[in-house]
Amino acid sequence: MTAPSATLHRSAAGVVPRGARPKTLTAGRIGLIVFLAVSAAYVLTPLYVMVVTSLKTMEEIRLGAIFALPAAPTVEPWIAAWSTACTGLTCEGIQVGFWNSVAILVPSVVFSVLAGAINGYALAFWRPRGSNLLFAFLLLGAFIPVQVFLYPLVRISALLGVYGTLPNIVAIHVIFGLPITTLLFRNYYAGVPIELFKAARVDGAGFWRIFFQVMLPMSTPIVIVACILQVTGIWNDFILGLVFAGRENLPMTVQLNNVVNTTTGERPYNIHMAATILTAAVPLLVYFVSGRWFVRGIAAGAVKG
Amino acid sequence: MRPRRQIATGTIALLPVWAVVVVAYLGTIAWTVLISFTGSRTLPVYDFVGFAQYERLFGTSRWIVSIGNIATFGVLFIGCCLIIGFLLAVALDQKVRAEGALRTIYLYPYSMSFIVTGLVWQWIMNPELGLQRSLRDAGFESFTFDWAVNRDMAIYAVAVAGIWQASGLVMAILLAGLRGIDQDLWKATKVDGIPTWRVYLSIVLPLLKPMIVTAVVLLSVAVVKAYDLVVALTRGGPGIASEVPAKFVMDNLFERSNIGLATAASTVMLVTVLTALVPWLYAEYFRGAKGHG
Amino acid sequence: MHATLPTSVPLRSTAPVETSVSVRDLKIAYGSLTVLDKLSIDVAKGEFLVLLGPSGCGKSTLLNAIAGLMDITDGEVWISGRNVTWAEPKDRGIGMVFQSYALYPRMTVAENMSFGLRIARLPKAEIAARVDRAAKLLHLTPLLKRRPAELSGGQRQRVAIGRALVRAVDVFLFDEPLSNLDAQLRSELRIEIKKLHQSLGNTMVYVTHDQIEAMTLADRIAVMKGGVVQQLAPPQEIYSRPANRFVAGFLGSPAMTFLSGTLRGRAIDLGGGVTVPLDGYAFASPERLTGAAELGVRPEHVALVAPGAPPPSPGAHRATGTVTMIEPTGADMTLWTDIAGQPLTIRAPADLSVAVGDPVRFSLDLTRASLFDAETGARL
Repeated sequence: MTAPSATLHRSAAGVVPRGARPKTLTAGRIGLIVFLAVSAAYVLTPLYVMVVTSLKTMEEIRLGAIFALPAAPTVEPWIAAWSTACTGLTCEGIQVGFWNSVAILVPSVVFSVLAGAINGYALAFWRPRGSNLLFAFLLLGAFIPVQVFLYPLVRISALLGVYGTLPNIVAIHVIFGLPITTLLFRNYYAGVPIELFKAARVDGAGFWRIFFQVMLPMSTPIVIVACILQVTGIWNDFILGLVFAGRENLPMTVQLNNVVNTTTGERPYNIHMAATILTAAVPLLVYFVSGRWFVRGIAAGAVKG
Repeated sequence: MRPRRQIATGTIALLPVWAVVVVAYLGTIAWTVLISFTGSRTLPVYDFVGFAQYERLFGTSRWIVSIGNIATFGVLFIGCCLIIGFLLAVALDQKVRAEGALRTIYLYPYSMSFIVTGLVWQWIMNPELGLQRSLRDAGFESFTFDWAVNRDMAIYAVAVAGIWQASGLVMAILLAGLRGIDQDLWKATKVDGIPTWRVYLSIVLPLLKPMIVTAVVLLSVAVVKAYDLVVALTRGGPGIASEVPAKFVMDNLFERSNIGLATAASTVMLVTVLTALVPWLYAEYFRGAKGHG
Repeated sequence: MHATLPTSVPLRSTAPVETSVSVRDLKIAYGSLTVLDKLSIDVAKGEFLVLLGPSGCGKSTLLNAIAGLMDITDGEVWISGRNVTWAEPKDRGIGMVFQSYALYPRMTVAENMSFGLRIARLPKAEIAARVDRAAKLLHLTPLLKRRPAELSGGQRQRVAIGRALVRAVDVFLFDEPLSNLDAQLRSELRIEIKKLHQSLGNTMVYVTHDQIEAMTLADRIAVMKGGVVQQLAPPQEIYSRPANRFVAGFLGSPAMTFLSGTLRGRAIDLGGGVTVPLDGYAFASPERLTGAAELGVRPEHVALVAPGAPPPSPGAHRATGTVTMIEPTGADMTLWTDIAGQPLTIRAPADLSVAVGDPVRFSLDLTRASLFDAETGARL
C-alpha cells in the first residue's frame, strides 16, 4: 500500500495502532440517528395513543386531543373494560374472554408443541418411507389460507358432536399448529449429529427412549421457541376461535372485536382502548420478556434450518 | 419378509400426523373443491352445476372489488414492508448504541393480534377525534386523514395498519441476514475503497436474496389470509370498499348461506396460492440434499 | 473403471483362524443408487482391520451396515458366529465410537457410559464396576461427574471409547474417531487405541481416511474406492505391493510418481529416447510385456548418485534430470526433477546442498517399483 492510500484507509485497515476512533458526527450519521428515532417514534405512537386514551375520561376524549397526556389520569376505563364492558347483551367485561383464551391456550400449546417435537424427531432421525411427502403436505397446510379448510372442518366437528366446544377449538389449534412446530423441531434435530442417534441405538434405546431420554432433554431452546410462537399465535388467533370455539368459549380477540364493533350509540373509546391493551398484554409480555427467543423463532420458522 | 423395524417404528409414530394431513388437510380441500361445483346454499347438497358458482362468483361485484383490493393491499403491504424493513435493518447494522432497544421497539407490533392493530388504527384514524382533529386543531385547517371511512381510501388505511405491524418482521429477518455476512467481505470492500451505500446495493442485497424471498413468502401468506385486520379496522366498509377475498368467503359461509359460492371463492384462493407456492416450496425444501446423514 | 479387478478379496486363510465379523455378498442401494455391491470381507477374531479410502468410498456405509444402523438391500452380516443381518444394533455384540463423539449432552460422563447397561437392566453393582474399570483404563475417573460440554475434545472421545468398552463386547467399531481432533491429540489417542487393542485383544473395525492411522494401527487394511475393496492386505504389503494404481497413489507421502510409457519386452519406453529395463521387477503372473503401462516409483526408492559412484547394481536404472522445485520437510527434503520429460520426485537427505536448476543424477530402484496397466490400473 502506498503512503497516501495508507493514510486514507488506515482506520479501516487498522494500520495505525491507536485507541477508539474519535466519534465524529458526520451528516450521514446524523441522518441515520434521525431516521432511527423517527421510525421508533412512529412505531411507538399507536401504543402511546392506546395507553393515554385508556387513562382519560370520556369528557377529555371528546376534546379531540388524541396525543395529549391525560389531564386527570383514571383507571376507571380499565376496571370497566375488565369487568363490565358489554358484548351484545351481556356485560361481564373482557375478563370472560381472557379466561376463555387461557383455557384454550394451555392445552393447545402443550399438545401442539409435543406433537411437533415427536413429528420433527421421527422425520429427522427415523425418516420412514414417505417422510418427504408428509413434510410437503404439512408445509402446504402452513401456507394455504384457512378458509379452504373451514367449512368441511365445521361439518366434521358437527358430525363428531364436538362443534363449538373447548375440545373442538383445541383440536383445531393443534391441527393448524402442527406444520410450524414440526418444521421447528425437524430443523432443530437436523442440526443434531445423526451419530448421537446411532450411538443411542447401539446402546439399545428404542424410539421413545431416544426421544424422551436423549433428544428431548437437549431440546430446551427449541421448546421455548415453539412455545413462544404457539402462545402468541394462538392468543392472537381470531378466525378459528370465531368459528370453532362456540358461544361459551369465545377467545379474547373475538370478544374484544365484539365489544368495540358492536357498540351502538356513543363509543366509550377509553374503555375500548383499555380492553385492547388488555388483549394485547399477554403476547406483548411474552415478547418483551423473551425478545431474543421471539426473533429466533421467526428466524427458525422462516429460514431453512 | 424382512423385519424392517426401524422403518416401522417411525411410520407408526407418524400415523397421527398422516391422519391429520389426509383428513384435515387433503380431505377438507377435496371436499371444499367438491362443494364448489354444486348449487349448495345453507347445507351441502350434491347437485353438480359445473362451473356455475365460478361464473356467479366473477359476476359478483363484491368479489371483483375484493380481488382489486387484495391486489392493491398486497403490492403496497409487501413493497412498503420490504423497503422500510430493509432500511431499518441497514440502519441498525451501523453499530448503533441502542440497537437492542430499537430492535425490540421496531418488532413489537408484530407480536400483537391483527384485531388489536385494526382497532388501534381505527381509533387513530377516527375523523372526529383522531389524528385529523389533532392536526386541524394544531393549525393545519385543511388536513384530511379520513381513510378508514373514505370509500376511495379505505383499503389504503388497511395497508397503513398492516405495514405498521409487519415492517419489523422484515427488519428482523434481514438484520439476521446482515449479521450472517462474512466480516472479511466488509474488510475487502473497505480495502478496495467501495462506498458503503454501494456495498449494500451491489453486494449485500444480492446476498440477502434468500432472506428477502422468505420475507416475501411470509408477507404474501399474510396478504392472502388478511381477514382479522379488515374486520377490526373497517369491517369491509364503507359499503364494500375494503372487502377482501378471505372475508368474502367467511361472510358467504357463515352469514349469507352461500356455501357453493364461498367454496368456489376459496378454491380460487387455493389455486392462486398453490401456483405461487409450490415452486418456492420445492426450491426451498426439496431441491438438493434431502435430510442429513 | 476397475471392472477387470476382483471386486473383493475375501480372506481365505489356511490357518484355522476364528472369524469374528463376516460380511457376505453385501449390497446396499438407495433406489437406483448402489453404494455397495457383492462386498465380502472376513475379520478374524482379535484382528484390527482398517477400512481406508477417500470420502464417499463406502467405508462408513460398510461400518454402519455391520453395526445394523442401515438397512441392507442384500447379503448377510455375521458376528461371532451368529447371523445378525436383521438384528437390532444392541443385539449384535458391538460397541461403536463415532467421529463427532456423539455423547449424550445432558448426561454426565458416568451416565453416558452406563446408558446402554441401564437400558439392558444390568445390576447396579455390575454397572458401577464396569464403568469404574473403563474409567480407570481411559484415565477418566476424575471426570465421571462432568457433562460432555465441560470436557476437551480428547476427553470426549475417550468417554466415547469408554462407552463402547463397558458394553463388554467382542467387536468394536470405530467411525473416523480421531478426525475431529487436532494433530497432537490425534497421535496421542492413536497410541491409546493401539494399546487398548493390545491389552484387550478385541476385534476392531476402524474406518479412516488417514493413511498414517491405517498404517500404524492395522493388522490388515482394506483400501476402498467406489464401494469396492481395492486391496485387503497387511499394511506393509499394501505399501510395497499395491494391487492397483489407485492404492499405490492413495498411500504414501509424498505420493508415488507415475511414469507413463510403453512396455517393450522386459523394459518400458518412457518416450524421449528413455527406456528403462525391468529386469529387476517381479512381474505378477501372467506376464504381459506389451502395451501402455505406468511405472510407479516411490520417492524414497530413487537415490541420488554422486559423481564417480560405482556402476549401478542390477535392477537399478540411472538417469539425469534438472531440479525444478525443492520442498524441505524437516527430516528430509523432496526434490522435484524430471525423467524423459515427466516429473519425478525424490526423497533426499535434509542436509543435501542443492538449488533449483541444478542437474542431478539419480538411480531408480526397479526391484521395489510397481508397474500398472495404463488402462485398467491393475498391477502387472
